[in-house]
Amino acid sequence: MRELVPAVIGVLVRRGADFASAEDAVQEALIRALETWPGDPPRDPKAWLVAAAWRRFLDAARAEASRRGRELTVEAEPPAGPAPATDDTLRLYFLCAHPTLPQSSAVALTLRAVGGLTTRQIAAAHLVPEATMAQRISRAKRKIAGLPLDQPGDLGTVLRVLYLVFNEGYGGNVDLAAEAIRLTRQLVALTGEPEAAGLLALMLLHHARRASRTGPGGRLVPLAEQDRSRWDTGLIAEGVTILQAALARDRLGEYQAQAAIAALHADARSVCETDWVQIVEWYDELLLLTGSPVVRLNRAVAVGEADGPQAGLAALAGVDPGLPRYAAVTAYLHERAGDLQRAAELYAEASRAATSVPERDHLTREAARVRQLLRRVSR
Amino acid sequence: MKYLLLKHYRGGPAPVVDYGSLDQWTPEEVDAHIQYMRDFAARLEETGEYVGEQALSPEGTFVRYDGEGRPPVTDGPFAETKDLIAGWMIIDVDSWDRAVELAGELSAAPGPRGEPIHEWLEVRPFLTEPPTVTE
Repeated sequence: MRELVPAVIGVLVRRGADFASAEDAVQEALIRALETWPGDPPRDPKAWLVAAAWRRFLDAARAEASRRGRELTVEAEPPAGPAPATDDTLRLYFLCAHPTLPQSSAVALTLRAVGGLTTRQIAAAHLVPEATMAQRISRAKRKIAGLPLDQPGDLGTVLRVLYLVFNEGYGGNVDLAAEAIRLTRQLVALTGEPEAAGLLALMLLHHARRASRTGPGGRLVPLAEQDRSRWDTGLIAEGVTILQAALARDRLGEYQAQAAIAALHADARSVCETDWVQIVEWYDELLLLTGSPVVRLNRAVAVGEADGPQAGLAALAGVDPGLPRYAAVTAYLHERAGDLQRAAELYAEASRAATSVPERDHLTREAARVRQLLRRVSR
Repeated sequence: MKYLLLKHYRGGPAPVVDYGSLDQWTPEEVDAHIQYMRDFAARLEETGEYVGEQALSPEGTFVRYDGEGRPPVTDGPFAETKDLIAGWMIIDVDSWDRAVELAGELSAAPGPRGEPIHEWLEVRPFLTEPPTVTE
């Protein structure tokens, strides 16, 4: 049912509704559908949604018109016409991730208008009250009110929003990672852009490792310790195929480069079979594309694996020590270089700087592990 | 990103303005102060940044486990403890800068003679779920 939402919004907009009212009406129709369809499924779900949403829209428009003492100007009986649903859907992506919107608003609006999630589901996934999320969405809609729905938009912001949704993972009863994959898959079909394909490949390759990434009680399992037999080989194969086709088009971008790194990890049957030299090369590409300090930090880890911990530490020169995970990376490299004392201190420092509970707990355990090693050495 | 705006009765840096305690203000000043906080929360609801808030009584007791089969031990209340938390507000914003901006706004709540009390508020980021993409 949710796949129908963007197309239904498109129908209402083409019939003369403004985006904000159309989106509200579809949301209400959707909530009604969630209540009634299980007991009474419609024969033509899309027609049902269009009819229900159009009715809601007219009711709201009439109420608004009478509140303002004006005649309703929208035709009650809409003209019939062919529905170019794919264009509508693509334009909704651009509109919902419009560069003028704050990221959290773009995420919420995309999940609602393109993903067809209810406000309640989006609120639960982000652990905020439903009223707050409703306000965030209606503000976002006010902000983009008046923007034309018939113009190409900024693919870069759309990709960033989908990447954010994917990274939010799992919250409430909504699997946001799976939702991000669904929306990116749809976007790839609509645009055929190599970077969209690169992002999809990146998501699939990371999603393939999801089951192995957490242990009992949500404990974080680092890449090197993951049980690779639990990786989803089907998703990996699909991700690699999509990535290869994208790379063949010779328009490299940051998501393709990130996916290439993920593919090289996925390709190694054990951590010692990892092709770190090639991974470093991809980080070099990624650095050229983004200039991002986070990439520089991750590159240092790869350099440490390819050329030894001293080289890794040297690669950290010029990286801002204030970055999240900087202490964690230096701790790891110092431990590999044999400086356990320094490693223990840095792991402890890293645990204090961690931004998530599983990361903090993991780094605390690492600090404890290295301190135990130190005690054994000194005995 | 979620942040906790923590309101301390005491325990923060030295106050910039000596605003005493609310019970020493005029009733109108107390009302204006409370209204300011309400308006602030309402504004955040409207911007879609409000998550929740909670006020705490200053009365409290320390409790600890005292061994198998024994009742917990209580201690206090300690009227003179260094730090006392009065309550908190939780916000969900796009950046640290926005969190600081909002905390600054909340700190401008009026006190005696309607002047901002410049109260120190502590801003603490929430720990989150780990990101899916890590390396």
